[in-house]
Amino acid sequence: MNKAEILIIDDEPQIRKLLEITLESNDYKVLQAQTGKEGLIQAASHPPELILLDIGLPDKSGHEILKELRQWYNKSIIILSVQNNETDIVTALDNGATDYLSKPFRSAELLARIRSAIRRNQSTNNTSVVDAGDLQIDLVARTVKKNNELLKVTSTEFNIISLFARNEGRVLTHRFILKEIWGVGYQTETQYLRVFVGSLRKKIEENPNNPLHIVTESGVGYRFQ
Amino acid sequence: MKLSNTRKLPVGTQYLLSLLPVLVVSLICFSFKDIIGYEEVALILLMTVSVVAMLFEILPVLLAAVLSAVIWNFFFIPPLYTFNIDNTEDLLMFLLYFLIALVNAVLTFKIREAEKKARDKEEKEKELELYNTLLNSLSHELRTPIAAIIGSVDMLQESVQKLSAENHAELLNEIEIAANRLNRQVENILNMSRLESGMLQPKMDWTDMNELVNSAIQKLLSVNHQFIFQNNDTLPLFRLDSGLTAQILDNLLHNAVQYTPPNTRIGIDVEHQAENCVITVSDTGNGFPVEEIALVFDKFYRLPNTKTGGTGLGLSIVKGFAEAQKGMVKLENNQKGGAKFTIEIPAETSYLNNLKNE
Repeated sequence: MNKAEILIIDDEPQIRKLLEITLESNDYKVLQAQTGKEGLIQAASHPPELILLDIGLPDKSGHEILKELRQWYNKSIIILSVQNNETDIVTALDNGATDYLSKPFRSAELLARIRSAIRRNQSTNNTSVVDAGDLQIDLVARTVKKNNELLKVTSTEFNIISLFARNEGRVLTHRFILKEIWGVGYQTETQYLRVFVGSLRKKIEENPNNPLHIVTESGVGYRFQ
Repeated sequence: MKLSNTRKLPVGTQYLLSLLPVLVVSLICFSFKDIIGYEEVALILLMTVSVVAMLFEILPVLLAAVLSAVIWNFFFIPPLYTFNIDNTEDLLMFLLYFLIALVNAVLTFKIREAEKKARDKEEKEKELELYNTLLNSLSHELRTPIAAIIGSVDMLQESVQKLSAENHAELLNEIEIAANRLNRQVENILNMSRLESGMLQPKMDWTDMNELVNSAIQKLLSVNHQFIFQNNDTLPLFRLDSGLTAQILDNLLHNAVQYTPPNTRIGIDVEHQAENCVITVSDTGNGFPVEEIALVFDKFYRLPNTKTGGTGLGLSIVKGFAEAQKGMVKLENNQKGGAKFTIEIPAETSYLNNLKNE
């Protein structure tokens, strides 16, 4: 199998070096660009499997690069951001970023995100049963099983968990989930989401106080895994 | 009005207030002029000018001195109601009076100026000393982890052959600990500058406090301390800034873990009281010295003789983030010992928990 190619667009040489070593030693092929402009040219001339994009680039804002890329590039783009910059992250996710990582991040986390993003590129999206550890979500039969036992979930709860399951490993913003489940007028009604996520966790999590399936991404949204 | 502020009054007011006492005192003396001799009047007027000199700027004081001399001459020195002075002795006395009044005014003013300068200098020195202490402690707190990182990396680079596998792992562990410590300190400094910029705008969102507390506890899992928290199922959702509130909780828990002895129990409780989200964090540690309680929320303040590893910013951020949400923080000692922090944040609530779920 050919090595998957990853394009890094980041102006910090240290970060590029670190990413290069981490990714190459995990059997990815690494391409690099240190400005947004250079990144756009590289991506266009040789579309990679995945792009790691620093949101705080000096020449053009990462948000603009993201928008330009998204006009034609439909594989995964993972945003690199600094800590506590939720507004930036949410904007990027709403503009089509696949996922995000906050600096400083752990390599294990980086690799997990990359694996899951590349898997999504390749999935043909016709699986009807999603497997997440002890959970099986059957999108067609509309059932949820935990350790092979059928769980009783309400219709709204199922809509939410099936949305999560179809985006396994990926962070979903509150706005996005609210729009998908309740429609356009409900995008700021986060209290609905809190309540249903709470009740879902009680059913699917081993320890609802330390959720491992529906993980809160503070200030951003939820990630299902 | 404080006496020390009289010199900041508008100049017109200062002239009026300097001349007024001279006039009033003269009037009083004048009505008793049959009892008091005019020589005594001179002393009384001199005293009045001295008092005025202590309070006001030089020019009003000089004017008051001149006025008092003129009044004394005109109304008290015989012959009355003329500026003429017949007697050589009286003339000498008048000239002396005039001179003493002026010298008195100028000297008092000069002494006051010198005092003010000395006080300013002292204040400036104190400020500088405080600033240096803070800078030293901050620089120490930032450089220590950096020193640990650089030192460990040097060892790893140069002495690979000499290092046992165990020491190798330990050095890597040191680097990780130091980097995390540095990250937390930078976080605190950034949070503090967010607060000081005055640009901090709370982002209100519906928050499940049970979830927020649980995740704060998970983040800090400490082997040596026991966190006690029972989900409060009757709690509504609160509309507050969950990021700021999570940081408040994180700092309080981190503080408790850092500064209480091992095996201390740290209890967390959240309640809905009178339009407020009330969070308490109490521990079974040693509590705070009563005289320090008022100071612990001050920026850069650290209890005397505490171990290193903090910037003195954690609790002031707690206070700042609570106040940014129009809330407040209170610290007291538990009756059974240990500290108890109470945070109250006014917040809208939603009892959607009872939402029909079908």
